[in-house]
Amino acid sequence: MQSKILILKFPKEASPEPVVCYLARDYELTFAILHANIFPRREGMMVLELKGTRENFKKGLEYLKSKGIKVSRSDQEVTRDEGRCTHCGACTAVCPTGALSIKRPSMEVLFDLEKCSACELCVPTCPSHAMKANPKDKNFF
Amino acid sequence: MGKSYKVEKSYEEINAKIKTGEVVVVTAEEMIGIVDEKGPVEAARQVDVVTTGTFAPMCSSGAFLNIGQSTPTVRTTATWFNNVPAYSGVAAVDCYLGATAVCDDDPLNKVYPGEFRYGGGHVIEDLVAGKTVYIRADSYGTACYPNLHIEKEMTLESLPSATLCNPRNGYQNYNCAVNPSDKTIYTYMGTLKPKMGNANYCSAGELSPLMNDPLYKTIGFGTRIFLGGAQGYVAGPGTQHRPGGARGENGVPLSPAGTLWTMGDLKKMSPEWLRGVSMRGYGCSLSVGLGIPIPILNEEMAQFTAVRDEEIFTQIVDYSDDYPKGVSRSLGQVSYKELKSGSITVDGETIQTVPLSSMVKARAVAETLKGWIQRGEFLLGVPQELLPVE
Repeated sequence: MQSKILILKFPKEASPEPVVCYLARDYELTFAILHANIFPRREGMMVLELKGTRENFKKGLEYLKSKGIKVSRSDQEVTRDEGRCTHCGACTAVCPTGALSIKRPSMEVLFDLEKCSACELCVPTCPSHAMKANPKDKNFF
Repeated sequence: MGKSYKVEKSYEEINAKIKTGEVVVVTAEEMIGIVDEKGPVEAARQVDVVTTGTFAPMCSSGAFLNIGQSTPTVRTTATWFNNVPAYSGVAAVDCYLGATAVCDDDPLNKVYPGEFRYGGGHVIEDLVAGKTVYIRADSYGTACYPNLHIEKEMTLESLPSATLCNPRNGYQNYNCAVNPSDKTIYTYMGTLKPKMGNANYCSAGELSPLMNDPLYKTIGFGTRIFLGGAQGYVAGPGTQHRPGGARGENGVPLSPAGTLWTMGDLKKMSPEWLRGVSMRGYGCSLSVGLGIPIPILNEEMAQFTAVRDEEIFTQIVDYSDDYPKGVSRSLGQVSYKELKSGSITVDGETIQTVPLSSMVKARAVAETLKGWIQRGEFLLGVPQELLPVE
């Protein structure tokens, strides 16, 4: 079994197939959608945690690519610019994994990269632009 | 008036102590323990000044900037700084750059929620960071000011004058915002998840300036303050100063009340304390570091400055329906102790609380101000007229 967090980018012209449903049905992959921004006839993106046997995982990825979807790994893509973080706490409203949390009683905002799913929700939410998404290895697959 | 106190000190006496270095200064957080242990009278005898601090987005902020004359001369009627428009209905080359002005060509909320990456607050931060800004201005031309268009690059240093002038800062208390609707909303109070997924609040609570002098007994026109990393002044009550609402027995308002009009020399300020911010789906703003020294003139002021988070309350407000419709309704009252604990309970449901005001920076403001006073670099400003209480 293997589990990975993937970023799927749907180009404008990508097939309108319900790909996540097929991943589960045809390739027996379990999934958790961590973030999705899909618009009809426009570019979309989805952060997906995918789990299954190594072989099915590989086949599922091939299927995604055959549909024109760009797949990249999300590992360690979100970073914090310590100089810009004001420790306000606004990011903790949207962080789904608790990677961004508040230490009490100092009220310092902590960022635990280990817990980060790279959903990138904190990036546009951070008022002072301290959170950045840096793709480290675009061509992993 | 006419009330007699066991301890009575004047501004002049405290300033004399600052000059000789004998002054005793503590932060509002430290004062709590002192009053607890010694009582307000003894605390007032020992402590001369209590410093407060806050650092949060304060939308009603901006700067009066004079860009200097050009040849031929110009009477600017529209001015842009890095493509952010500034109000130019002032004389010749004066203008007011508001913190929430958004850069021209920004997509705003056309693709919702917009990111609002650059605006007036960001220009102000760039200026205090010493960066060069690109200025362009238009005019209709007159006999004395014939130039129709100018473009130039300037830095804060080369601007003939630059004054931070914020019509509404330091809100005394603010709403706790929730969203009971079934979709996420993006507000000036941050991102609010559906079905009351989070409760956002924005005050430094027990460290916040106006919470420590709730009835404005020492704050008014001419009070010298920490503003944006430099010494500034209170220039009167801010816009929407509404002191008349309900208050607790300790005098602290239970909902947004007093505000401050602040100003200071932008040239002396720093990007550490003036930070351009973007509120997703809402717009641009400026986070301002603000701190006020509260003179402990008597035991009453000692008691006021010992206020604790558990004695300061605010109202939970629905920002999905009530607020946009102008309906004034509270879904419940919570203390800042509860808000800072990480969760509150509304209608039996536990909701995650999210601050927008930085306690880390607020504490640093109060500590910096304390240092300035201890080193004799900062004297108390005697208010010429106190803020209105009614």
